[in-house]
Amino acid sequence: MTDTVIELQGVTRVYGAGDTEVRALDGIDLVIRKGEFVAIMGPSGSGKSTALNVLGCLDSPTSGQYRFKGVEVGTLDRDQRALLRRHFLGFVFQGYNLLPRTSALMNVELPLIYKGMPRQDRLVAAAAALDKVGLAHRAHHDPSELSGGQQQRVAIARALAGNPEVILADEPTGNLDTKRSVEIMELLQGLNRDGMTIIMVTHEDDMAEYAGRLIWMVDGRIERDAPTRKAVADAG
Amino acid sequence: MLAETITLAFQAIRRNAMRSFLTVLGVIIGVAAVVAMVTIGQGASDQVTAQIEGQGANLIFLSAVEGEFDAPAKPFDSDDVEALIEQIPAVLTAAPFGSTQMTLVNGNLNHATQVTGTDSRYLIVTGRNLIHGRAFTPGEEASGVAVCILGETVRQALFGRADPVGMRIRLGAISCEVVGLLEPLGGGGFGRDEDDIVLIPMRTFQRRIQGTRDIYAIQIALRDGTSNSGGVSAIESLMRERRRIAPDEDDDFNVLSMDQIAEMLADVTGVLTGLLASIAGVSLLVGGIGIMNIMLVSVTERTREIGIRLAVGAQAGQVLMQFLIEAVVLSMFGGVIGLVLGFVLAAVVAQYMGIPFSPDLAVAALAFVFSAFIGVVFGYFPARRAARLDPIEALRHQ
Ligand SMILES: Nc1ncnc2c1ncn2[C@@H]1O[C@H](COP(=O)(O)OP(=O)(O)OP(=O)(O)O)[C@@H](O)[C@H]1O
Ligand SMILES: [Mg+2]
Repeated sequence: MTDTVIELQGVTRVYGAGDTEVRALDGIDLVIRKGEFVAIMGPSGSGKSTALNVLGCLDSPTSGQYRFKGVEVGTLDRDQRALLRRHFLGFVFQGYNLLPRTSALMNVELPLIYKGMPRQDRLVAAAAALDKVGLAHRAHHDPSELSGGQQQRVAIARALAGNPEVILADEPTGNLDTKRSVEIMELLQGLNRDGMTIIMVTHEDDMAEYAGRLIWMVDGRIERDAPTRKAVADAG
Repeated sequence: MLAETITLAFQAIRRNAMRSFLTVLGVIIGVAAVVAMVTIGQGASDQVTAQIEGQGANLIFLSAVEGEFDAPAKPFDSDDVEALIEQIPAVLTAAPFGSTQMTLVNGNLNHATQVTGTDSRYLIVTGRNLIHGRAFTPGEEASGVAVCILGETVRQALFGRADPVGMRIRLGAISCEVVGLLEPLGGGGFGRDEDDIVLIPMRTFQRRIQGTRDIYAIQIALRDGTSNSGGVSAIESLMRERRRIAPDEDDDFNVLSMDQIAEMLADVTGVLTGLLASIAGVSLLVGGIGIMNIMLVSVTERTREIGIRLAVGAQAGQVLMQFLIEAVVLSMFGGVIGLVLGFVLAAVVAQYMGIPFSPDLAVAALAFVFSAFIGVVFGYFPARRAARLDPIEALRHQ
């Protein structure tokens, strides 16, 4: 447990103002180190997605400090934040967010294009990522020709294709059956063993058990933050 | 990176085939309409100019009318014609001119046309030739016998392809011998048909049709190399003198040079071209609004697309460059097709109407730039707004 990747101090994210004000994040303090596998759980509306978006530099905190690898994200401009996402972060959205009318392979290729990877390498890497999520045979299908679970896996392949330092996944198994869910979790676990930091939102206790640390959120606050039972068992 | 951005732009064009097609269509309609209309308008006015030049730029019409509304005035006489020729050095020659609409009959064929009373100098004034037969003899001109020279259109109406020389036709109540046939001028299209004409001696016109010796109009040809305005003022002062007009009185005659007629016609064809251009402008606008609509309708989807690109690490500038390239490529593509289509359309119409094909590259370029501008503006600005959002906001856009 050495280098800190993510450090939040008193982070809030407030939507609206006055009577309609919603404090989606209400003072979050959090430290995540390199190589951790963190699960975030909590009731619907507790701010899990908001937290993940802030961590992924897709959203900006209303107040508080976010340091990524020691860099104060609040001081970065939009383009610098884009570079941060490009080179260090892989994001799996709750609603997939794939480009419509674009093949699975091209969707997975997209972040690699912005990374400036040469075309040949890109195709190889994208195909390998699709293979990892078990979708090699669907590489040339559009999202509209894929099931929800398959789209979910394309989204995961897209996140891991660029081999980021941190993967942020918002309910990555939300649309998958148990067998597929287990496969995805084992995949994430494998990536984590190779050193990737993973932060995952989930509603399922079973899935959370693949992580080493569980954060429980309620009303925009962290109510509990502890190692998972498995992690305790592994340590013991 | 630029190469990649271009690739992305082409991917997006292919991915959104329908939207791309409609955008291109909008540009095509706009550009083609403007190019076709303006080219046709230009061709028509070139045609008119060419016809006037064919008439001889040295031609002057002198008519016995006065006032703003060309009320008939004191007529000329044959001495006036001779005086013009003898006393003004710039005048090459002059011919009296009287005309009226009559129906011509040959057997059971008839044809209504303009019967012109003049003399053989008319051929010199107008620069026309006979292809067959002969001009009026001085004897015929002096005695006023019923002889005539036909234009090609009249010949075809009354004789078909047969040779009319030596035949007799009826001009109203007058039985008249055909002595010559004018060389056709062709042309057609706009303006009147210069071959739809019958010439008879002035004396005959006066005696048998008009009933007086009056001359109401004289056609004058100036010598080559003399100035049009100089000729006009010389004619004016000679006529004022001969008609004894006091210095403080207005002319009781009218002098009209081909230059002035050309100017008047240029005004008319200018209006025509303007009209066509405004129709074209409307098409351009319609095309532009089409493009605008398509672009705005697709903003939601495109905003999400921008959100996705930003989320995976694209910088706003890269996304915008992609959109810009996309818009420019579509506009250029549509513009080029529009140009070609417009010119082809204009060429076909020009062929059909018998007017020259006169492409105007400046207008074509203008239409092209305008459409490209619309394509770029409406492809680019919504994208720019979206690229300024936080990625998550762009993704949430409904
Ligand atoms: N764009 C927004 N505008 C206003 N309020 C928002 C917006 N996004 C989220 N919220 C509010 O912020 C709170 C946290 O939302 P968030 O999406 O983070 O919840 P969540 O924990 O991910 O829920 P779920 O488990 O249902 O995905 C909710 O009360 C939600 O209504
Ligand atoms: Mg959520």
